[in-house]
Amino acid sequence: MEAIVLETRNINKSFHDPVTIPVLKDITFQVRKGEFVSVIGKSGCGKSTLLYILSTMDTDYEGDLLIDGELMRDRKESQLARVRNEKIGFVFQFHYLLNEFSVLRNVMLPGLKLNQYSEQEIEHRAFEKLKILGLQDEVMKKPNQLSGGQKQRVAIARALINDPLIIMGDEPTGNLDKKNANIVFDTFKELAHEFKQTLLIVTHDQEFAENTDRIIEMQDGRIIRM
Amino acid sequence: MKFRLLSNIARSLLLARWRQTLVAAIGVTFSITMFVTLLSFMNGLNDLLDGLILNRTPHVKLYNEIKPTEVQPVNLDPKYSKSYNFVRSVKPGKTTKEIRNYLAVTNSLNKDKRVLGYAPKVVTQVFFNVGATDLTAAINGIDPDLENRLFKFNEYVVKGDYLDLKNIPNSIILGKALAETMMVEVGDLVQITTSQGERVQLKVVGLFQSGLQELDKVQSYASIGTVQKILGKNTSYVTDIQIKLVDMAQAPALAKEFGRKYETDAEDIQAANAQFETGSKIRNLISYAVGITLLIVAGFGIYNILNMMIYEKMDSIAILKATGFAGSDVKRIFISIAISIGLFGGIFGLLFGLGLTSLIDQIPFDTPALPTIKTFPVRYDPKYYIIGGVFSLITTYFAGYFPAKKASKIDPVIIIRGK
Repeated sequence: MEAIVLETRNINKSFHDPVTIPVLKDITFQVRKGEFVSVIGKSGCGKSTLLYILSTMDTDYEGDLLIDGELMRDRKESQLARVRNEKIGFVFQFHYLLNEFSVLRNVMLPGLKLNQYSEQEIEHRAFEKLKILGLQDEVMKKPNQLSGGQKQRVAIARALINDPLIIMGDEPTGNLDKKNANIVFDTFKELAHEFKQTLLIVTHDQEFAENTDRIIEMQDGRIIRM
Repeated sequence: MKFRLLSNIARSLLLARWRQTLVAAIGVTFSITMFVTLLSFMNGLNDLLDGLILNRTPHVKLYNEIKPTEVQPVNLDPKYSKSYNFVRSVKPGKTTKEIRNYLAVTNSLNKDKRVLGYAPKVVTQVFFNVGATDLTAAINGIDPDLENRLFKFNEYVVKGDYLDLKNIPNSIILGKALAETMMVEVGDLVQITTSQGERVQLKVVGLFQSGLQELDKVQSYASIGTVQKILGKNTSYVTDIQIKLVDMAQAPALAKEFGRKYETDAEDIQAANAQFETGSKIRNLISYAVGITLLIVAGFGIYNILNMMIYEKMDSIAILKATGFAGSDVKRIFISIAISIGLFGGIFGLLFGLGLTSLIDQIPFDTPALPTIKTFPVRYDPKYYIIGGVFSLITTYFAGYFPAKKASKIDPVIIIRGK
């Protein structure tokens, strides 16, 4: 069996404004290294909320979250930032690239923040990641000169720069047309199978989910299939 | 490395909005320029006005005032010591204007470490005989060297050389207005009559202009020996001792002490010219207030621009935080943006301030009242540049601090979900 990279134990969360509404109920599951997991469910079932808890950005919940076997409870904001930097890569629905920087620099930023390698080394690694995603000709361009699909692939390269334990995606193909969505999906699949990259993708695209290794389905704040 | 990365991001954000940044920096530049210029000019003016009066006024003046004796003989008589005595129409007795024991007084002053220097003076009223009329004016017998050293006498001598008072016997320097009334020039002779009726001829070796027309009409200077000779007195006859102190603030206390010790009347500079110091202080206060107001206004400009930048860059801040930048990193980025606006704006402000003050320094300012002033007065003092520089950094830091704090508190979840 592969090691467990992400684990939740009885996670509960409620919104309190204006009345208390429970959004997540007793979420308990594990993700093992190398798994390509998708989380599906109808709008409002709590799948995005769950993702933000898993990503450590939302700390307002009950229950335990373990990343790489470490409990995330009672950590300082800067420590959680460090965890996100080192262990989690993000791909959002919208690419969120910084237009002030070149494509290469955008990919390098989390690496520079982690400060594990020299700047030349990070640049080299960023270039390698972009090459895997077929963007080697676009490295010096500014993000606003790229197409939507290219931007999303740059965002994936950025998520990969620190060799994260897990990549989390929030509807990463939601804004893309069929062709680009397929390219992004194939990229994920390649990462999962060739590079043993763990992926946890929230989506409402049934077709996307069916092609992943494992589906976690949610309904009204509960996991109904996993 | 970390600092480099953050400043790199800060620079990119800055350059992305370079127009707004430039406007903010110009605001700082403008206010620092005005701050430095205002203070330099105001203090130049203060120095000028102080110099006009204070430089020429002794800190303590020892003299004898003609006045009736305070203790009348009747009060000394034991027979009337228990009575309340009325003496009507008291007149001054035969008092002399001479400072008694002049040599002993100067010996004592020479030893006093609080005294920077002193200059003796003999003042007397004479008549200048011009044709059929006589003009009254005072002759000040002075020691030209001492008078110049302590009171910058040469600055007021507009024609001729003040040292001729010493080198040419029986010489006189007239007030310019007085000379014009008598229609005499340097090199001419004037005849005077003393109050004792002596007639003496003196040679005009120079003209002086004090800046106060009324004074120039009734004042003249001769060497102390000349005046003593005219009056038929010996060389220890001195009517005034003008003292300059090391510390001007001590003048009132020392005036009292000297007056008691040397049994003379003593007047201090603060009593004689109280309004001047007040004027200087208020002018200083006004210029600081205006300068600091300008800086605070510039600070609000920076605050606005950073706030706007944060709203525009909300997505970028959210993604930076999502990919592992801590709130403190984001805060540092925005504070360094603010500080660099302050730094560059401030540096240019100081340079422009120096430029503007030296420009003002070149503007001709010719007034007959101030013979030594040819251009607008300016004081170059590194103090103003240091205050301006430090203040520009402090204001921009605070202008950046609050928006930066807000940026550091941005919750990435809200931004990312909001899309």
